[in-house]
Amino acid sequence: MIAHIRIQPEDFDLNDEIEALTEKTTGIGAVASFVGVVRAEDGLTALTLEHYPGMTEKQIAACVEDANTRWPLLGVTIIHRIGTLTPGTRIVLVAVAAPHRGAAFLACEFLMDYLKTRAPFWKREDRETETSWVEPRTSDAEAAARWK
Amino acid sequence: MTLVYFAWVRQKIGVAQETFPAPPGIHTVQDLIDHLQRRGGGYADVFADPSRLRAAVNQEHAPFNTALSPDDEVAFFPPVTGG
Repeated sequence: MIAHIRIQPEDFDLNDEIEALTEKTTGIGAVASFVGVVRAEDGLTALTLEHYPGMTEKQIAACVEDANTRWPLLGVTIIHRIGTLTPGTRIVLVAVAAPHRGAAFLACEFLMDYLKTRAPFWKREDRETETSWVEPRTSDAEAAARWK
Repeated sequence: MTLVYFAWVRQKIGVAQETFPAPPGIHTVQDLIDHLQRRGGGYADVFADPSRLRAAVNQEHAPFNTALSPDDEVAFFPPVTGG
């Protein structure tokens, strides 16, 4: 199983990433991907992402290893953007390659749920008159808890 | 010990990282929280309500009863909100 984990300010291209994920691996029958987008909410001008370099990569790698023990995976690509992003832009990619679709779908959702509750990223919302740090949602914790 | 702070914890304390020669009596993350809270200023504000905080020791999520060693990197931050 090959894992590509990148934390970067730059945008990504889904087709290029799927191409890179699948080109050197045989036996792939399914690729499931998730792309997160900065939601355009009332008054939101930008979202700024901070992270803990080193710990972020380590925690995401641990999530991928965990996923790989649960399903037979052939490759995983996770890209998380950092810095200041405007509404409507891509923020995160999780792409999973597996022999069959069941594992690909499940592992993709599992990885997003785990990433949201374990990877050390913090979002700050910039609005016209104020900035505020995003509070965690209990629904994210509940989503991660169902994989226990 | 190296202490690192993120998000509003970093903003309130005013530094992202500091070297901390741990005085005797600091055996766990909770001991460290109690000590830092007594420094006053932004520290008092941040550590007044530890239920709003999470910790990591050597880049692993760590409950507050985690034991500490002099060379540890200890991070304090709010619950994560990535994805």
